[in-house]
Amino acid sequence: MSTLTDPLSPTFEPRPEPLRALGLLSGGLDSTLAARLLMDQGIEVECVNFHTGFCIQSHTGALRNPKPGAAPPRHDALHAAGNLGIRLHLVDIAEDYVRIVTDPKHGYGKNLNPCLDCKIFMVQKAHEMMRSMGFHFLFTGEVLGQRPMSQRRDTFPVIDRESGAGGWLLRPLTALRMPLTEPEKRGWVDRSRLMGFSGRNRKPQMALARQLGIVDYPSPAGGCCFLTDENYARKLRDLWSYRGERSYAMEDILLLKAGRHLRPAPHYKLVIGRDDSENHFLSGFVEGRILIKARDIPGPLTLVEGTPSPDDLIFACRLAARFGRARELPEVAMVVEVQGSREIHQVIPLPAHEMDEAWYV
Amino acid sequence: MSDVRDPAPDGMDSVPVADRVVDARRLLCPMPILKAEGAMREMRDGEVLEVRATDPGLRNDLPAWCRSQGHRFAGMRSQGRELQGWVVKGMG
Repeated sequence: MSTLTDPLSPTFEPRPEPLRALGLLSGGLDSTLAARLLMDQGIEVECVNFHTGFCIQSHTGALRNPKPGAAPPRHDALHAAGNLGIRLHLVDIAEDYVRIVTDPKHGYGKNLNPCLDCKIFMVQKAHEMMRSMGFHFLFTGEVLGQRPMSQRRDTFPVIDRESGAGGWLLRPLTALRMPLTEPEKRGWVDRSRLMGFSGRNRKPQMALARQLGIVDYPSPAGGCCFLTDENYARKLRDLWSYRGERSYAMEDILLLKAGRHLRPAPHYKLVIGRDDSENHFLSGFVEGRILIKARDIPGPLTLVEGTPSPDDLIFACRLAARFGRARELPEVAMVVEVQGSREIHQVIPLPAHEMDEAWYV
Repeated sequence: MSDVRDPAPDGMDSVPVADRVVDARRLLCPMPILKAEGAMREMRDGEVLEVRATDPGLRNDLPAWCRSQGHRFAGMRSQGRELQGWVVKGMG
């Protein structure tokens, strides 16, 4: 089978000991399996997980209505690395990542997902780590044909080339369908023990997981990135369109994950908490924004972004009052805080018939 | 000082004395861990890091992070919405 491990092969090179591989680990099943396949060949594996600011983890869901007694959320990659018994490098690339999202060379997918640019960027970062930290090659859990934008026969070579990784990126789950990589040519990795998975069917991966005794992995359903989420992408487009430029700060993209977002006029937007834990989350973003809440009555915390006039602020108070207990009252005192100064406005909560669905971002 | 009344974390006799404290309150995953990792880079083996957070995921993530980094997870406690966890560098 594996003639390429033959010492008589022209490309054979003695295997370094230890042979060290660095993998991209999301914590999903594919990257976990890819790591395990290499570990089972006696390769020393470490992984990296990149923080872009757009990762969907269960933590974001737990932002709302955390149920008492429910299992706390967990970071999939950390958990997978713990189960595999390998070292995980968590690397924050959020700052550099802005240009990937705002100006992707290869364009967007269905929403604002720059999948191909993103993968190239991550592999490029991993390749830099490989060289500086003394790893011999890179690997990912990519499977041919599994993702429409980045995991294709014509995009894999683009990733290899533009990331600078060239033939040093191995995809253990789909390797048998790909040209030989450098570690395979040298006989360092036994190709006969790699896989030839392809397509969107995940049954082969699940069967392999069973075979390897991997039982604790996150459900493959659902995306892992907010940029593929239609609602999220709409809010980000709204932000860009009213700012007049495609840019964002870390605070902006975090705020888009929480609350109701309403834009009654182009020059300002309200972010209204939907429960206590969202209110608490929003209270961390008061700086540089205007805070509105009902005085003495339970209700949401509202943040206003933009350049509202004094009249707009009164209207924002009426609108915010609709979303709390205050809406049942003929009149309510709303507290408005702007840069430490505090005003009270006596307003009539906005009646239902004056609400406009088009305000919802 | 409120320390006298503070309950010790589960399974511990007393509240560990931290050499360094990371305040990650109101931050979402993975920021508390990223902040902890940043702090650890400037610490020596055997020193104690305290992480304060409001993300309930810290309960799972801090011990998992310790396992993947070779640190010793030294305990955690919660008070209301806030969590406090302790990690001993490089003693896993």
